[in-house]
Amino acid sequence: MLRVLLLTLSLVAIAHAELCKPDAQNAFKVRLSIKTALGDNAYVWDANEEYLFKAMVAFAMRRYSSKNTTQISNVLLCNVTDRVSFWFVVTDSSKNVTTVSGSEVEAAIRMNRNRINSAFLLSDKTLQFLKITSTLSPPVEPSTPVWLIVFGVVLCLIVAGIVFLIAAGIQQRKKKNKESTERENLEEKGEVTVTVENGIPCETLDLKAGHINGVFAADDERYTSL
Amino acid sequence: AMEKSRPLWDNPLQFVFACISYAVGLGNVWRFPYLCQMYGGGGFLIPYFIMLIAEGMPLLYLELAVGQRMRQGSIGAWKIISPYLCGVGVASVVVSFFLSMYYNVINAWAFWYLFHSFQDPLPWATCPLNSNRTGYEEECEKTSSTQYFWYRQTLNISPSLEASGSVQWEQALCLTLAWLVVYLCILRGTEANGKGRGSGRRPAEPQREVVYVTASLPYCVLIIYLIRGLTLHGAVNGLVYMFTPKLEQLSNPKTWVSAATQIFFSLGLGFGSLIAFASYNEPSNNCERHAVIVSLINSTTSIFASIVTFSIYGFKATFNYESCINKVILLLMNAFDLEEGSLTADNLNEMKDYLMATHPQEYMQLLPQLKNCSLEAELDTAVQGTGLAFIVYSEAIKNMEVPQLYSVLYFVMLLMLGIGSMLGNTAAILTPLTDSRVIAARFPKEVISGVVCFINCMIGLIFTMEAGNYWFDIFNDYAATLSLLLIVLVETISVCYIYGIRRFEKDLHTMIGRKPNWYWKIMWAFVSPLLIISLFIFYLTDYILTGTLQYQAWDATQGQLVTKDYPGYALAVIGLLVAASTMCIPLGALVTFIRKRLKRENVSTV
Repeated sequence: MLRVLLLTLSLVAIAHAELCKPDAQNAFKVRLSIKTALGDNAYVWDANEEYLFKAMVAFAMRRYSSKNTTQISNVLLCNVTDRVSFWFVVTDSSKNVTTVSGSEVEAAIRMNRNRINSAFLLSDKTLQFLKITSTLSPPVEPSTPVWLIVFGVVLCLIVAGIVFLIAAGIQQRKKKNKESTERENLEEKGEVTVTVENGIPCETLDLKAGHINGVFAADDERYTSL
Repeated sequence: AMEKSRPLWDNPLQFVFACISYAVGLGNVWRFPYLCQMYGGGGFLIPYFIMLIAEGMPLLYLELAVGQRMRQGSIGAWKIISPYLCGVGVASVVVSFFLSMYYNVINAWAFWYLFHSFQDPLPWATCPLNSNRTGYEEECEKTSSTQYFWYRQTLNISPSLEASGSVQWEQALCLTLAWLVVYLCILRGTEANGKGRGSGRRPAEPQREVVYVTASLPYCVLIIYLIRGLTLHGAVNGLVYMFTPKLEQLSNPKTWVSAATQIFFSLGLGFGSLIAFASYNEPSNNCERHAVIVSLINSTTSIFASIVTFSIYGFKATFNYESCINKVILLLMNAFDLEEGSLTADNLNEMKDYLMATHPQEYMQLLPQLKNCSLEAELDTAVQGTGLAFIVYSEAIKNMEVPQLYSVLYFVMLLMLGIGSMLGNTAAILTPLTDSRVIAARFPKEVISGVVCFINCMIGLIFTMEAGNYWFDIFNDYAATLSLLLIVLVETISVCYIYGIRRFEKDLHTMIGRKPNWYWKIMWAFVSPLLIISLFIFYLTDYILTGTLQYQAWDATQGQLVTKDYPGYALAVIGLLVAASTMCIPLGALVTFIRKRLKRENVSTV
């Protein structure tokens, strides 16, 4: 009896060893980068973590195929290295000593990738299933591109500025025309002259460039009224 | 008779600010650092300063003095010196027109990047996903995300000049906005609408105050970037690389030519803008001092900007170098299943030897993928022009903390620099137009400015097409370079030999109160013309020796630039660009000659 038991156990062990080895059929390599992801809070990869991993894979298989037949013992891990990386297969308990097809396992993992990642506090990049490509989430895009909004704001400001300046210019020109017609009327009466000195109108000379004599300060009140 | 009073700057400070705003442009920020790196680092400063003294200051003083004395835009000013020289002014205006056509596209790109800086994460920080969302876009994988954003999402560049493609509406919008901004600033020009003191305060003139902002804001941003840049990890590497003088480069003639060309174009000589600005000065303004101040400020800004740029370079190079090392470490760790943390940057080389000894076959298999990471190689990748501004800087910005803030600051600075230079260019075009009685009497200033902006905007839409960047490079390389050399050469020779240097001396004595000393006279009469002629000869021989003209085209399949030859019609356009401005000078002289002959004949027959 004992011998039979030992034989079956060793057979199972050998069978498992046959099923789970690097590059075996339907086997997947997993690589974890715990220190990169968690830094000082990194946990040590030990047998308990392996148990959790087997549990998560079994969970994924159950959810995917919705038959409650996959057990933790169906998930086999092997070749665990210091990196931390290892190979795993999922055996099928209904058919003896065979593995579940790779496509099924892949689909199951893809469906539950998020849950598996969060169980280990890792992400798609730090918990890699080497043959299973992950669906990358696209960046959030608002309905109106942000740049158009900013563009619209700046455009409105600039156009408002232009319109304001043009309107101010037209107003000024109207005032100038009115004043110049008044001036022409006055000039006809000979009351206003524009003084010119050496071909340069005095207006332009009358600026800060000249020296201001303090005695004759431009203080109208000082002048005696006529 | 009453002389029409010419509008003036409010004070000499405003004039200096306008010149600084015009002279300090994008070339200081992106071209000078590149030249410094290419031609010997700290050693490049020697030919640079020699050229500044021999060429920059004298020619700047000459143009400012001419403008201030003649009190006219470029066309009128040269007509006064000699009627045969009216072509010089026209050539300046034509060159300014070409420049304003393509230069505002840079402002459009700066607007585009600025508007895209208000997102988290920045759009050029990550690659977009491909159609089935399993990985990143292929083109983006081959190159970097910043290059992809520039070549594909901004320019949507075509593989060659011949494939023109369609107008990109996003770029067209940004270009329109850029032209509206320029229009807003030049709307009423530098004219004063006020009357004398007696009639009360003049209405506020926001346009002239614009130069205060456009001149000082870039310095504020550069200082912020200097502080940020110097505190970045790895900035010191860039600075050390830049300032180690490689004196052997001084024996390379290209170093001296580049220094001369850089001073020349950096100060903006020959466009007529400086003459236009100076013509609004009071006649007694000390333009000699201003010429020295402006050229010194221009050069100091170049050096200051290159300190900032090189600290950013150093940061980027160090970051890329460290990523490269990390990639190698990851590759080795994954291949040999080593424990995390066992491979670091310090023990990498020893570990590589150890692995090669213990697992020779696997190591040999891995060898082609193991790149040799070198900090020198990263620092050596010199990029200039639009590449530096939009690719390298945005790459550095995306790796900083709070990248949105730095991005906004940087692109606002680029906009200030670009718009400051645009104001100078459009002043060069508008001043002769508003000076001429034919046009100015019939149309108000707003309409003239509006028409100029509109025409330029329409033509500028060419640069928003898919092949637009290639046409931009054509304009950038050929529209101004040779023509300006010729224009300034003719200017110097005509002032010294046709107008007469003694007469010019006397004019300066009347204006600023003292005669120019022998240094200025020697530079004007001999050194500067000789320098320009030798620059000319160099460029022509360079062109003849290399044969054809080539350009860099973006190859989407490879994810990098490839060299191609210009097609026939592009060469024709280049020839046309150069001819259109240079031919104005002899044509102007010819037209004046013919007119004089006809007048003489009319007089003699009477």
